[in-house]
Order: sequence, then C-alpha cells, then structure tokens
Amino acid sequence: MELVCPAGSFPALKAAVDNGADTVYFGFKDATNARHFKGLNFDQRRAEKGIDYARARGVKVYCAINTYPQPSGWQAWQTAVDMAAGLGVNALIAADMGVLGYAAERHPDLNLHLSVQGCATNYEALNYYQQQFGIKRAVLPRVLSLAQVEHVAAHSPVELEVFAFGSLCIMAEGRCYLSSYLTDESPNTCGACSPAKAVRWEETPQGLESRLNGVLIDRYKEGENAGYPTLCKGRFEVEGNVYHSMEEPTSLNTLDLIPELQRIGIEAVKIEGRQRSPAYVAQVVDIWRQALDAAARSPETYQPQPSWNQTLSDLSEGSTTTIGAYHRAWQ
Amino acid sequence: MSDQTMQLSLGPVLYFWQKQDLLNFYASVAETPVDIIYLGETVCSKRREMRFNDWIQLAEELTACGKQVVLSTLALLEAESELKTLRRLCDNGNFKVEANDIAAVQLLSQAGIEFVTGPSINIYNLPVLKQLHKSGMRRWVMPVELGAETLQELLSQADADGIGETLETEVFAWGRLPLAYAARCFTARYRNLPKDNCSFCCIEYPEGIQSRSQEGAELFTMNGIQTLSGECYNLEFELPRMQAMGVDIVRLSPELNGMEEVIQRFHERIHADASAVDNRIPLGQGQCNGYWYGKPGMEWVEQHSM
Repeated sequence: MELVCPAGSFPALKAAVDNGADTVYFGFKDATNARHFKGLNFDQRRAEKGIDYARARGVKVYCAINTYPQPSGWQAWQTAVDMAAGLGVNALIAADMGVLGYAAERHPDLNLHLSVQGCATNYEALNYYQQQFGIKRAVLPRVLSLAQVEHVAAHSPVELEVFAFGSLCIMAEGRCYLSSYLTDESPNTCGACSPAKAVRWEETPQGLESRLNGVLIDRYKEGENAGYPTLCKGRFEVEGNVYHSMEEPTSLNTLDLIPELQRIGIEAVKIEGRQRSPAYVAQVVDIWRQALDAAARSPETYQPQPSWNQTLSDLSEGSTTTIGAYHRAWQ
Repeated sequence: MSDQTMQLSLGPVLYFWQKQDLLNFYASVAETPVDIIYLGETVCSKRREMRFNDWIQLAEELTACGKQVVLSTLALLEAESELKTLRRLCDNGNFKVEANDIAAVQLLSQAGIEFVTGPSINIYNLPVLKQLHKSGMRRWVMPVELGAETLQELLSQADADGIGETLETEVFAWGRLPLAYAARCFTARYRNLPKDNCSFCCIEYPEGIQSRSQEGAELFTMNGIQTLSGECYNLEFELPRMQAMGVDIVRLSPELNGMEEVIQRFHERIHADASAVDNRIPLGQGQCNGYWYGKPGMEWVEQHSM
C-alpha cells in the first residue's frame, strides 16, 4: 500500500520524504485547503522547491484543494487549480464538484482524487464522481467500519485511500458545521475547524478553561492533560452529567489493521497532520514505513512492534489511540 | 426562480417518533396552510416504526389533502441494505425525491428522474448548481451554514446563466439546524448502549437531548447519529428579503409540539400584511439566525429588514 504523508511546510515535507513516504500531500497558503492554519502550507515558490525535493527522491506529490468555494472566492480556487496543474503534481485532491469539474475540463491530464471532505461513503456516490469527473481515487471518510470499507472496496469504480493515523474526525467529513455554528469558520468554508483565532485559555479558580468564541469547551483539573479545544472533543453537560458527549481526545491508529486493509484491496493509507511539526511527521512516517514494509514481507505473520504503538500513542492527542469506526463497537 | 409568493414546506421529521405520534402529527399539519411536505427517515436506517409502504400510504393521504409530497432519503449511507432502501425510494414512480446523499443523485440522474437536493448536499457555488442541474436537480435546499449574501450572489448568477428558470430555491428557515452526521450514535453513547444494540433508545427523546456547556449555554441537540443546533434557527423576520432575492420555498423543520402555530405564523408573514404579526413575541426561546448574516450560527442578530 502507498504511504501518503502530510506536508504542512517544507521542513515537514523533507521529514516525510526522508523517512519513507511514497507520497506527500500539501496545500496552498490560503482557504483553498482543509488545513488553513497560520504559518502553514506553501506558496508557488516553496511548492516548486518541495516538489523538486520529493521528485529527486522518487516520491510523488499530491495537492489538496479540498474546501468549498463560495461565489466570492471562486476565482481563488480556480487559480489554485491552475497553479497545481502548472506545478505538475501527481494528483489533485478535491471535494467540491465545481472544483472537480473545472479541473477535469481545464486540465484533462491531471489526476483527480476525491477528498475525504467530499464525503463519499458508498459506491453509488463514488460512481457519480467517477462518471462525472473521472476521478481515479477517493479518500474514504472515517465513519465506516472495516466491514463497510471492505464492501465499498469490492464495488468501488476507483482506487481507495483510507486514513491510517492521526487526528480523528468523528463526524462525516465535509458535512460537519459544528465549527461554523460556534465560530464563523468551518472546514468547508474556510478550511478550519475550531479556528485558533477563536480559542482562549484562562486560569480560573475552577481550573484551566478552554473556550471557543467564548463558549466553554472544557475545564481541566490540576494535572489533567489539556488538549486543543476541538469542539467535538469538549466536555459538555447532558441531563446533569458532564462528560465527553461526542468523543474523548484520542487519535486514530490502524497499525493493527494493515494486513486487513491490504487484503481488501485498499490502495493507499494516509497519515493525517499537516498542522504537525516536522519532528512529529518524521517519527510517524518512519514507523509506518517499517510497518508497511514488514506487512508486505509477510502479511500472515505481521504484528506491529509494541514500541511502534507506544511511540505513536505518546505522539497522540490525549496520549491514547483507537481504531475508531473501523471497529464497529466503537461506534 | 419565479416572482410568485413563496411557498411553505415542512422538512422531514429528523427525530424518531412513535408511529402514532408521527401519524397524528401529519394529520394535524394536513389542516395547515403548508404547501409542501417532505417525508421519510433521513437520519438512521435502524428507525423502523414506519416501513416503506407506510410512508407511501402517508404520502398518498397527504397528496389527497392537497399537499405536494416529496420523499426524503437517508443522509449518511454506509451499508448495502441502506442502498437497497434508497433504490426503492428513487424507483417509487410517483413522488418526487429529495436526495440527501450523492448516491441518491447518482441513482436519480441515471434513471433520468428530476429531483430535489436536501441541505446536506454541498452546493456552495454556481458550477455545482449547474452540475447538479445538468444531472436533473430542479430544486435545491441551501446548505444551512450559508448566508444571505452568498445566496443573493448565487441566485443572480443562476439567473444570468439561465438555469434559474428551471430551478427552485428552498431555504431552511425555522427549527433546529442539522449540523453534523457521525459514525457514532450519541444518544446510545449517552445511554451507555452499543450502537448495534441500541434498543432504539432515541425514540424516548422525541425532541432530542440537549447538550450544554458546563456553564449552561445551550449548544447542541443530540439526535442519534445527528447533531442539531441547541438553539432554534428562525428567519421569520427575513422573509421579505428572501422573497425579494427570489427564494421560492421556505422550510420549517418539524418539532413535536407547536408546529401548527409556527406554520400559521410563517404563513401570515408571507401572505398577510406583516404588520399584523409584527408585535407578537418571537416563537419559542433560544433562537439563532447568525448563519443568515454570515456570523457564527449560534448568534442572534437583530433584524433591520422589517
């Protein structure tokens, strides 16, 4: 399986390439991609440099233009698609049908991948994107169980890529407006969930508080591990009970599932984390390279090394990992 | 888009209700001046108080009452059994269908059947409107996170492009906003039940379960795998602007209690002299309209359009 790794910056791209990525993916420095964070991403010059670095080492490059332009922004998305095509990326990862349609018509030689933000969870939806835009691959949302992924894979008209490691969206991607409900930005509109500009931390007599646009997301007792206030990982009150009503802070880790994913015909596994540091990317990619190589050598006897899982847990949100929706009981 | 007076629609019931409650609800709204009624289960395929034939029978009855009926499809399709139900709905041969996933768009366009798209279909710009129009979409419901400015621009573009004439625009204008769909059932999670053995416990919460911040701010309403807004979206004061920009249909989202009053109120605002209803206190508590103004959805902006 192809190892697709995050490149939020040139140093992160280098880290991914140097540690065994088959492919790196990046976005431009604007709202056209779903990791629109300050100080991240690439302008044209940096993108050229990054692509040169990757190509020289036999690594492919994908470009994510996977948010949803509104009329006022259409021009910027169009420009981004043209730039990606001009850079000669190996594939464009897009979600919006307008963007896909424009790319397919204007740049017929450009490979198109349906982004996870396109939220295709079944093969009939994939048929539509394949027939209308000629997509070559789709990234599946993190809402399907392994049995469901297998079923989609058996009927899919295109290659499938799944999330292997990193932050865990529990909502169907591309259809979650929780962030814009509390702040004025969502992944769809601005490429940001729970945007940093809306975050406030405060020490109070009740403990450390995290707020998003004034709304209390969580309150930590002394010694408790405080995480970024992604709002679906907040502790809220339901009929008098205060708990993580949607999801605990935890990360997705599917090292254990590699042979299964291989068997059911998944083409590529994706590491989430363009917002992460180069050091994080280096460690995660290194472990996944070792794991994929080990599984390719002997799928029957493959076992993830305990040290891999330990390192990945240490790097994870809340220092815990889960296989998420792949395991039906988690749902 | 047309110059006619806007129509009122009643969106699909998003909660899981007892069959008798549901039938009673529709019996009472059949008497109200709502023009279009969307029927069907859009949230969870395990909710089976109403079978396919029950929905069809209800659709026929409401049609006989003079309502235009549209069958709504599931928003998050993960299993083959769900696709099977979807095929049946799309092949019903009589009633219009509201596609809430691209799978439905695929089936309907392949069959050459014109359709409606619901609020979970991501239509943010003109090329997408055109693409889906080409596939057979003749009515669309704007995604709830979009606001008046974007809508205005989109509708002018659609008119300039010529598709406006054969495309109706519907705006979600009252009710708890559908904000997200998940792998996980939050109601079952709250009750410490596994999703595969959930005892259909969401039927005990016909208005969903409120979740609040630790300071008591209403945030979200848990409705099975769906997350709705905690506050009630209310665009009743924006109707003149909607009418002026060419919105065709105004959607109200069902709540178990008080729906006739909401329908009546919107009907009066659309049809009668608005001043006749002006002085009444807005419906319900905890309202929001931020999205319409391009602000955080949970906010309430005082209107200037009246």
